[in-house]
Amino acid sequence: MKWLLVGLIVACNTVGDVLNTHGMKQHGEVCDFGPSGIRRLLRALARNRYIIGGIAASAVSFFALLALLSIANLSFAVPATAASYLLETALAKFILKEQITWKRWAGASLVACGVALLAFH
Amino acid sequence: MRDSKRLRSKTFLFAVVAVLSNVLGNFALSQGMRHFGSVLSVSVLSFLSVLANIWVVSGILLLVIWMLSQLSLLSWADLSYVLPITSASYVLAAILGAVALGEYVSPVHWIGIAMIFLGVMVVSRTTPRTVPVRATERSE
Repeated sequence: MKWLLVGLIVACNTVGDVLNTHGMKQHGEVCDFGPSGIRRLLRALARNRYIIGGIAASAVSFFALLALLSIANLSFAVPATAASYLLETALAKFILKEQITWKRWAGASLVACGVALLAFH
Repeated sequence: MRDSKRLRSKTFLFAVVAVLSNVLGNFALSQGMRHFGSVLSVSVLSFLSVLANIWVVSGILLLVIWMLSQLSLLSWADLSYVLPITSASYVLAAILGAVALGEYVSPVHWIGIAMIFLGVMVVSRTTPRTVPVRATERSE
């Protein structure tokens, strides 16, 4: 059950981030941060099916994390999020076609290892 | 590339906003939840009293700001850039926990936090955007 939730958290988190990134790239660079600009942004996001899917996936991931925290402690849940850093970097390369230089890989690996270390006391 | 300097400072500003609102939002929420032992009771009234708590309200507001700044960042920067950069929130959360709340942070945790900080530094030296993106917003 624990590992099922871990898998669900990583999968939904990753899918959500990739969908959100694709949706935001489709929307275009956000430039106007005045009240009317933000209102326009929210309206555009509510109509963007990638963003809707992305936020839904993130919400599932969030509630799965809450469920996991109710049956396992934080030190078990944290490494789950560590794995998603590398998975998302790989998907950014293959799906979003981002150029992942060695610095990006090195940085993402350092962050993933650092987050995994937070599991130990 | 006259544009790249502007892009960098805009990205830096939004990353700072995203990290601050994330850490402070989670902090406010956990402060608010601490007032309520078991929140998962069936009573609608107790649920509403949680929502009326000033910590919970400001926590939710901060997390809305976090969500919007994170999405804005993704509108011009790479996911593989934004994700490691905003993991600086782990560093800030640990420092906040240790300094403001007097929580004990073990040596292993400090090593982990140092590695995250190093990872943030390494990724921040790459260019934020490697994919083409629309320069302006689509008009209505």
